[in-house]
Amino acid sequence: MVIHLKIWRQKNQHTKGYLESYTLNEVDAEMSFLEMLDSLNLKLAKQGERPVEFDHDCREGICGQCGVMINGIAHGPLKNTSTCQLHMRSFKDGDTIYVEPFKAKAFPVIRDLKVDRSGLDEIIAAGGYISVNTGQAPEANSILVSHEESESAFDSAACIGCGACIATCKNASAALFTSAKISQLAKLPQGQKESSKRTVDMVNRMEELDFGHCTNTEACQVECPQDISVLNIAQMNYEYNKAKLKS
Amino acid sequence: MEKEIHANIPEGDLKDKWSNYKAKAKLVSPNNRKKLDLIVVGTGLAGASAAASLAEMGYNIKSFCFQDSPRRAHSVAAQGGVNAMKNYQNDGDSVFRMFYDTLKGGDFRSREANTYRLAECSASLIDQAVAQGVPFGREYSGYLRNRSFGGVQVSRTFYSRGQTGQQLLLGAYQALMRQKEQGKVKLYTRHEMLDLVLIDGKAKGIIARNLDTGKIERHAAHAVILATGGFGKIYYLSTLAMGCNASAIWRAHKKGAFMANPSWTQIHPTSLPQSGPYQSKLTLMSESLRNDGRIWVPKAKDEKRPPHDIPENERDYYLERKYPSFGNLAPRDISSRAAKEQIDAGKGVGPLKNAVYLDFEHAIKEYGKDVIAERYGNLFSMYEKITGINAYKEPMKISPSAHFSMGGLWVDYDLMTNIPGLFAIGEANFSDHGANRLGANSLLQACVDGYYIAPYTLQNYLADQIQVEKPDIKHSAFEQAEADVKEQLNHFIQQKGNKTAEEFHREVGKILYDKCGLSRSEEGLKTAIAQIQNLREEYKTNLLVPGDVEDINSELERAGRVSDYMELAELMCIDALNRNESCGAHYREEFQTEDGEAKRNDKDFAYSSAWEWSGDASSPILNKEPLKFEYVQPTQRSYK
Repeated sequence: MVIHLKIWRQKNQHTKGYLESYTLNEVDAEMSFLEMLDSLNLKLAKQGERPVEFDHDCREGICGQCGVMINGIAHGPLKNTSTCQLHMRSFKDGDTIYVEPFKAKAFPVIRDLKVDRSGLDEIIAAGGYISVNTGQAPEANSILVSHEESESAFDSAACIGCGACIATCKNASAALFTSAKISQLAKLPQGQKESSKRTVDMVNRMEELDFGHCTNTEACQVECPQDISVLNIAQMNYEYNKAKLKS
Repeated sequence: MEKEIHANIPEGDLKDKWSNYKAKAKLVSPNNRKKLDLIVVGTGLAGASAAASLAEMGYNIKSFCFQDSPRRAHSVAAQGGVNAMKNYQNDGDSVFRMFYDTLKGGDFRSREANTYRLAECSASLIDQAVAQGVPFGREYSGYLRNRSFGGVQVSRTFYSRGQTGQQLLLGAYQALMRQKEQGKVKLYTRHEMLDLVLIDGKAKGIIARNLDTGKIERHAAHAVILATGGFGKIYYLSTLAMGCNASAIWRAHKKGAFMANPSWTQIHPTSLPQSGPYQSKLTLMSESLRNDGRIWVPKAKDEKRPPHDIPENERDYYLERKYPSFGNLAPRDISSRAAKEQIDAGKGVGPLKNAVYLDFEHAIKEYGKDVIAERYGNLFSMYEKITGINAYKEPMKISPSAHFSMGGLWVDYDLMTNIPGLFAIGEANFSDHGANRLGANSLLQACVDGYYIAPYTLQNYLADQIQVEKPDIKHSAFEQAEADVKEQLNHFIQQKGNKTAEEFHREVGKILYDKCGLSRSEEGLKTAIAQIQNLREEYKTNLLVPGDVEDINSELERAGRVSDYMELAELMCIDALNRNESCGAHYREEFQTEDGEAKRNDKDFAYSSAWEWSGDASSPILNKEPLKFEYVQPTQRSYK
């Protein structure tokens, strides 16, 4: 099929970006979206032009490295699907597709569709862990975790850290991302000891960086490839208030 | 000249070796550790766990990864589980049994002492992961749950739904980020190691390229740990991430580190087939599907009917037919070969006739759709996302795909290469899996190497480095290595040829799949070597890399990786050609039993090959580490 593309090109974060038009005449419906971009890049390289830079790695929806806005929607039209798992059969012959980077103040553009999401690592570094050194752990079955607690913790832990929630949020808030980690660890007995400190440190870090505030529009959950629930944000707020009351 | 190989295996009975080692190993006192700098390349399970553990002890760590965050490393993609000897199921597990299963699964081509240590340290890993908050599957009582996996008769696999690798990696990544926050780890994301720097024969640093700016950097340290994973991506189509590569270990190899058993690649039986020439990767579907799915092909060649129109008596459930006692759960190497046999015989299915059916019709009839959905729902939905096909209604189409590198840098018992101060851990080394890795042992090995072995063996080396001054990045060895790296990058850009690195990669991958993949022959390997040599010559003059060296440039990154593949591919073929036997994943057509199974030759080939770079990719030097079996008698594997 024939696909028209309007792709964001930007040399670096200090220059202005613009939408460039391209047309691909031989797109196969079985191609993945990123393979379609590969074919564009091959064409550009052969013409002596700079290929479009975009992030990707595992191409099976788990590493979280890919992610672009497709027709204004993070990761494109399919629900609970990352960019790499979207296939061209989701589009029609003759469609025009707008492809832009995840846009947020905290995600400066590196080049074209690549953005810097290191702020997410900074949030985890602030406290997204249980402080246990290698060697300190007790026998695994001495910490009992009920089936429900473990499954619920997993639901929160499934976040792949792609940043779609932030790109989707009108305030560019990192609340869903941050709260998923806070909730996962607060739901587990081994994580509860330092939950107050963790929550305050992570929330403070989120605010120090360029992420915005959560105003509960819940748009983040809609675009999340892992379907992380906004209930995590409620739990984060609960943990935060609890910590503040204690202090 | 062949060199003598010293694996430095400690004295004592098999079960005492690691304890003896730890009792005698040299230590570095806490106040001296902060004087020592370490470089860890790679942030997967092995790299992140080693970097975090060593930082906790007090060493200064520089941690490198090419991805935009340490959490992206490809350990994240492992689905099924991680093995550990806890014997929670009271079903007869023991350290010895786990050791034996692993050694047998590897077709008796791994070192007894290393394999035993892997089993011995496995239990601690589960303790550590639980303490970190990894949400493993649990019983309603709160105790840990297990499942069983291929090639064993006990239930020792721990899992987090179908995302065990992701959850274990997040545990290690979070430990790493905690040390970053404490200032003990400095992170270099979007950095790629392009050379190893040796001073007086010891590993003292690396040359890295900042992938965002193209700037070349020098980094010095008292020791270098490579945890850069496997190189199955050399086949182009594989289950690996697009960025997985051999460059770090290959460049270390060219500085003198031996490459062991490079041709042993696990071809995984249940991945999705190629659907067209544009395809960039093959997605793995968990081995666990074979618990309930039945594998078959039509009996007739070039069958045109859709699967449900083919009656039972015209289907060949070939695994059940050939291996009645293991059936659809035969080990990976055997299942993959059997699939290839059917496809080569013209019985493949799908538009490209390159797949076999994995059919859940019987299981759905027996257990109901709900039970199957509960067991495999996420895999069925993943299958539908990629193929658009509903596997509850028609069989999946699956195909073998390059997956895991059993080979890698040669290491001794300390996980140190033959270059002093250069360590290799996780999939980057060759140590524990022999000629075929068992399912759920890969996450285990990465974690055990990083959490429990490297912290001891590094100290044993570093104890003698306290008095040695930290190397100066102005040293001529750094200057020379940087100049060499820059020259190569400029050469890639300046060629202005007609073929992109990706096009070359597809070609070399195809050669390997056809001639150094599931089955190999002397004739095929010799042809492959000639083809690779030609392609490598072309790569010197006809490469097209757009853009600049000192800028972000994905095409340039790829050019370096493919350049290394061009050399490694030939070594793989040379290794496969040298080994005149079949063992595990290495199947030489000339060496098979009467019924077509792998036929080992213990008299002549009970050794690990440890290839040495000679300066010319076509004439490597073969060193041999003999494998001595003192506790286990190698037998012919049988899954009939």
